[in-house]
Amino acid sequence: MILLAFTHADIDAALWTIAVGLVCNLSCALLGCFLVLRRMSLVGDAISHAVLPGIALAVLFTGQITSTYILLGAMIFGMLTAFLSESLNAFAGVSEDASLGIVFTSFFALGVILISKVFAHTDLDPGCVFLGNLEMVPLDKVDWLGMWIPRAFPTMLLGLVLTAGFISLFWKELKLSSLDPALAAAMGFSPRLVHYLLIALVAGVVVASFEAVGSILVIPLLIVPAATAHLLCDRLAWMLAWSALLSITCTVLGYVLASRWLLNVNVGGMMASVALAQFFLAVLFAPRHGIVAKVLRTLWLSLRIASEDILARLYRLEEKGTEAPTLTESNPWITRVALGQLRRRGWIRYQDGSWALTSSGRQPAASIVRAHRLWEAFLGEHFELPLDHLHAAAERMEHYLDPGLQSELAQALLEPQRDPHGKSIPPS
Amino acid sequence: MMLLLAVAYNTLVVLTGVSLLGACAGVVGCFAVLRRRSLTGDALAHAALPGLCLAYLIVGQREREPMLFAALATGLLGIALIAALRRWTRVKEDAAIGVVLSFFGVGVVLLSVIQGLPGGARAGLQSYNLGQTAGLTREDVAFIGGLALLTVLVVLVLYKEFKLITFDQGFARVQGWPALRLDLALMGLIALVVVLGLPAVGVLLVAALLIVPAAAARFWTQRLWLMLMLSAGFGTVACFSGTVLSNDWDLPPGPCIVLVGAAIFLFSVAVPPHRGLVGRILARRRCQRDLAYGTLLNTLFDLSEPFLPVRPALPRDELAQRRSWPPATLQRLLRRGVVLGHVDVNHQGVMLTRAGLLEAAQVTQGRRLWAQFLQDHPESAQGMVSFDAASLDTLVPQAILAELQNRLRSAGRLPLALVGAEDKA
Repeated sequence: MILLAFTHADIDAALWTIAVGLVCNLSCALLGCFLVLRRMSLVGDAISHAVLPGIALAVLFTGQITSTYILLGAMIFGMLTAFLSESLNAFAGVSEDASLGIVFTSFFALGVILISKVFAHTDLDPGCVFLGNLEMVPLDKVDWLGMWIPRAFPTMLLGLVLTAGFISLFWKELKLSSLDPALAAAMGFSPRLVHYLLIALVAGVVVASFEAVGSILVIPLLIVPAATAHLLCDRLAWMLAWSALLSITCTVLGYVLASRWLLNVNVGGMMASVALAQFFLAVLFAPRHGIVAKVLRTLWLSLRIASEDILARLYRLEEKGTEAPTLTESNPWITRVALGQLRRRGWIRYQDGSWALTSSGRQPAASIVRAHRLWEAFLGEHFELPLDHLHAAAERMEHYLDPGLQSELAQALLEPQRDPHGKSIPPS
Repeated sequence: MMLLLAVAYNTLVVLTGVSLLGACAGVVGCFAVLRRRSLTGDALAHAALPGLCLAYLIVGQREREPMLFAALATGLLGIALIAALRRWTRVKEDAAIGVVLSFFGVGVVLLSVIQGLPGGARAGLQSYNLGQTAGLTREDVAFIGGLALLTVLVVLVLYKEFKLITFDQGFARVQGWPALRLDLALMGLIALVVVLGLPAVGVLLVAALLIVPAAAARFWTQRLWLMLMLSAGFGTVACFSGTVLSNDWDLPPGPCIVLVGAAIFLFSVAVPPHRGLVGRILARRRCQRDLAYGTLLNTLFDLSEPFLPVRPALPRDELAQRRSWPPATLQRLLRRGVVLGHVDVNHQGVMLTRAGLLEAAQVTQGRRLWAQFLQDHPESAQGMVSFDAASLDTLVPQAILAELQNRLRSAGRLPLALVGAEDKA
């Protein structure tokens, strides 16, 4: 029933808006990966602001609002920004962040003044350049190769093609210089060419996106999907794929949420907001690098250590022939969980007010004490440490010595029977 | 007449306000720039926009205090987020700042919501993008004045502590100073200045207010207190004249202020004699030229050595080959030699003059002493590489110098002995 409310023109406009958004956001997201990996995110931000005078000057000299000269002007100013801020840093000793900040704010200010003064009577409206106007894109159509498509579309498609071409052509160089700049330099690659090509492309793509999302909202689409992808995977190819996928979802979702049938708000802003939401979801729930995963891993580790400490302690008490006390002094909460787990597993039992190992728990407990004493023996053999310094180190290492390492240690120490303190090492 | 006075009075109010703001930003910006936190101001400003909009949505109209407070809150939240992302995830600082800059997008969404409300379009929140000084009222100025006073007071009281955490935070911590709390105080001051600067300069450019005067002041002095004063001065001048220009030319004030600041910065980059760009480039060129000329003399001496005391005419090709100099470079160096009277160039080739031989021997002696020193004492030579004999004199104890000279002499390689001018060394 709801579909009836849409006319054919509505759907056509919606599809074109999404298509335009997708094309420019995809180029941004792909290039953004390299910016994030090269720690150049803020260079991306600076470029997106600093291309403004390039656009204004191109319009001033050619008298046209849409032209390839705009792209050229923007690319020149993009590279100029990078070059000037690098020079300020290298030759004048201004710190990296300050030089970037000075160059881009100055260029941006220049651009704003040019636009609001020189073009007061054209339709190059500053507000439009800042925030874009994606909704208007499909209304302005031209005839292109026999198809009736938005005027901005071919330029943006060209941006995407150039981006894809650049990445596949310079894949090896980009990968090397992004992930290990020192190695790249040592191997004799000139990083400058790739660096400036990347910057020129970012400038070009940013300009192509101006019409869609505007100069300020380019940054979310340039950096945020890439930063999200960086949290989700560890390989460059996958990072590009994730970044592309995330930019597709944020474009489509952003458009749908912002459309006048739902929230009726600024589309570019909504895309940025969706991108941010995706980012924070990844920060929390990314499988390896997410905060929840990290907390759980730490929790599991401390649980395992707590259980092993309990087992080892019970083993030593059994060895000495004394009774186990309540065992809850160090970290009551985690120790209680560990006790419950061990009991369910049938390794320990509670009888007559104290804990004791069961017969099936004695073997794992012996293994941990064996690891501990083997490590003490190893330290005593190979390092000049006083006897009272061995225990603390072994107390940590015992949790990381699996049976394989244990038998290697035992072999290296010629199957010792006793540790440096004279206690017997349990057999494996 | 009354009207003129009223206009003048309004202008005066606005100008006082922005000038005070510029001074505050200059002072606080020094610490931001020195701590390499220039762009946190930018992130803070961008993250403040959602706060401004939220406050408007909640209060329902433009009111200074709630909006200020909300902007401060979301801005500081953004800063905290940068620190948290850096601390607990693999997101690097630059990407984290990028993420916080993206909060602007949320602000844009809220802005479009406000515009959809009845009366929302007249709220004029867009003016926060690039600033609008004309709207500053007397109360605003009083507020900014209060801030200026607060800044000066805090900086005066905590000058020593701020200086310490700015230049060596690790040392501050070891000394038992509450480094984190001092850092937070500094961050709070920065946030306050940024948020108060928003109405005047705008979200997009308020960061420049922090960075530009401070970076410019850095070129003029090495002393913190002087840098603070200069930076405050530059900030005041930039804000004052930028606002005047924006009034005259009917432009948004933010860009004008930034451009005046940029002009001050450019002047400061170029002009100061020691740290200025022109002076530095000249000094560097001079150094490179002297080094290359020393190499020419050295090479000439090496090639002439077998023939001494006769000064042979050396073919140019041999010279060029020895150092793989391009012809143009060799030509330039030789011309300098001729001008200085060290070298004779004729159809047979290149020949050292008598004075040139002495000079070349001196240069070569310096370099050979260095080479010998590096060979004999590689461990103590670390990090002090130069080919100047004079600096070897001052760097190396006399005993070692004499020992090096003796070794060269016994190998028959001490240049000044070879030309019979050892006493001049």
